[in-house]
Amino acid sequence: MQRVIDKVKELLANGVADRVLAWKVGEFPYDRIPGVFKDDLDGLCYDSFSACNLSKYLINETKKDGRVLVLMKPCDSYGVNLLIKEHRIDREKIYILAVPCNCKVDIEKIKDSGIKGIIDIAEEGDVLKINTVYGQKELDRRQVLCDKCLSCQGKKHVIYDEIIEDDEQQNIEKTDRMEAVEELEAMSPEERFAFWRSELSKCIRCNACRNVCPACSCNKCIFDNTDTGVAAKSNADSFEENMFHIIRAFHVAGRCTDCGECSRVCPQNIPLHLLNRKFIKEINELYGEFQAGEDAVTTGPLTFFTMEDAEPDVVYKKGRD
Amino acid sequence: MLRLSADKLDKLFSAISDAKELYLPVEENGSSKFDKWSEETQVNLNRLNTVKSPKDLFFPQSEDLMRFKKEGKKITVDTPDENCKEFVVFGVRACDVKSIEVLDRVFLSEPVDTYYESKRKAATIVSLACSEPEESCFCNIFGIDATEPAADVSTWLADDYLYWEAKTEKGEALTESIKSVFEQAEDTSAVDAQKENVKAIIEKLPLSGLNLDYFKNNDMMDIFNSEKWDELYEACLGCGTCTFVCPTCQCYDIRDYDTGHGIVRYRCWDSCMYSDFTLMAGGQPRTTQKERFRQRFMHKLVYFPMNNDGEFSCVGCGRCVNKCPVRLNIAKVIRALGGEV
Ligand code: SF4
Ligand code: SF4
Ligand code: SF4
Ligand code: SF4
Repeated sequence: MQRVIDKVKELLANGVADRVLAWKVGEFPYDRIPGVFKDDLDGLCYDSFSACNLSKYLINETKKDGRVLVLMKPCDSYGVNLLIKEHRIDREKIYILAVPCNCKVDIEKIKDSGIKGIIDIAEEGDVLKINTVYGQKELDRRQVLCDKCLSCQGKKHVIYDEIIEDDEQQNIEKTDRMEAVEELEAMSPEERFAFWRSELSKCIRCNACRNVCPACSCNKCIFDNTDTGVAAKSNADSFEENMFHIIRAFHVAGRCTDCGECSRVCPQNIPLHLLNRKFIKEINELYGEFQAGEDAVTTGPLTFFTMEDAEPDVVYKKGRD
Repeated sequence: MLRLSADKLDKLFSAISDAKELYLPVEENGSSKFDKWSEETQVNLNRLNTVKSPKDLFFPQSEDLMRFKKEGKKITVDTPDENCKEFVVFGVRACDVKSIEVLDRVFLSEPVDTYYESKRKAATIVSLACSEPEESCFCNIFGIDATEPAADVSTWLADDYLYWEAKTEKGEALTESIKSVFEQAEDTSAVDAQKENVKAIIEKLPLSGLNLDYFKNNDMMDIFNSEKWDELYEACLGCGTCTFVCPTCQCYDIRDYDTGHGIVRYRCWDSCMYSDFTLMAGGQPRTTQKERFRQRFMHKLVYFPMNNDGEFSCVGCGRCVNKCPVRLNIAKVIRALGGEV
């Protein structure tokens, strides 16, 4: 995306910031690693594989001197608002360049389609031309988009200083993000329990979901704190497998921006976003529509109290349904 | 060499599991692992690397070491039965076979880790040669031959047959116990052809040209102090994915847990990427993520070889390459520090 690189150069030359947080090319044609560039923009890349959410990196970046220019996808911009609201980053120290997004491609899905030994990937419209050691392959990019993109909340950036407008046509079919949650709700409690057990029993407690999450920004997570008595590096039994995720889901309730990173990074393909979306759905129903990170000021529904709030007995009533 | 028609693999698996437990690569619910075979399991021999490696069978992610119970003034200490039932692991790739050798060096040298030893002794390992390596594979740079895997028995899936060759006494014994499922392979040219073909493919893989000379020829402190680490670690989230999927990562933590009825002393995998790794009374010796990140690669590429006759403790399986959420990996580290050809 030459447009993006040119804009970054221009902004740096104008002195809006002294460095830029963006994506860097890596070993493979699909590796896009979060990275900071100063004068040399070599390797800076924004394309179909720039899926990582950069917002959380701003916590460390804004601890440094100077100002950082950051490239933001629409979904990542919610994380920025959340982090500003929670006083985790200093708005003054960032300059946000909003970049358009036409959905990201999931390399795992490419590989799951049976394509191995990838040497090079070229994009022509919706066609991915993939050169492999086993020959030339082609795929329709729409078949291998990241799950998070299939149900993304739109192409609007909720915070930015400058924007590069979208000039591409969107032709991606979206699914309703609550569809899968509703499927789970339709199950019997036993079925639902079995579903979550089969998923969570795969968890290896690598903490990737937690560490990538812009809402998980505690300086020391309770699960890492040896003084709490609940610190754990592995799941010894099913109770611990469930507990880690239940606690995490509760802790990010009302704060999860639904950026989809947790599920994207899970090495075991656990659909963690379904837990968080269930919370989002419940919150919307009980307190009215709320989107975490929509802005950096509105108090979240779970962090203040009104007389109209749902009574705790909704839990019992729900449980009986 | 023996062989058996590839559509009769189930017969082989059932023959093995008549006598011993059999573990092999299984596809389950969007993931893959070495799991116990039964007629219902969905075996997948096409997948090169399971998410978690066979390491789990010898060195489980969490393992009880002993239990203490106090009654009055009497304390009883129970240790688990260390007589592990004999089992067979089938479908282990050359890189993973080598990773078990790496673990052996750690756990079987004095003082011997008896928990590991009992499982290791009980296991017969049947390897499977690779027929379609992936771009993340770089076993060759560690001198591993993906077409000629070591282990107790080596096997090849070629031209609709499974070719079977016992390599050790354990392997001979297993073969003897199930020999009725095999026929003699008079013609093994399919295996030879596959070997040649795969070797040619490996040469073309993007990581196969990585060079380890920098790590062999430079002073430990120079590598440690290289400025490159500053940039390399930058994106690292400090999760434990790379360490937990790695077949050779061997660090563990030991803790006591109060069950309310007594104390369980257990160990579980630890990760040098974590903030409380090697935490001690005086604090954590590696206070920044840069230091933790550096530790993982220094261990694999410098410290381990220094203590183990030059053997690296990475086997090039590519698991960390594929699973790092931000796509950092050891290959990038090797190249960036000086492993360019
Ligand atoms: S990323 Fe997946 S495997 Fe890792 S801790 Fe989270 S749920 Fe468990
Ligand atoms: S290198 Fe990657 S997998 Fe390893 S701790 Fe860092 S982010 Fe996690
Ligand atoms: S460091 Fe990575 S490539 Fe090397 S053995 Fe471990 S997981 Fe495999
Ligand atoms: S690293 Fe080598 S042995 Fe391991 S799966 Fe790849 S080709 Fe096979």
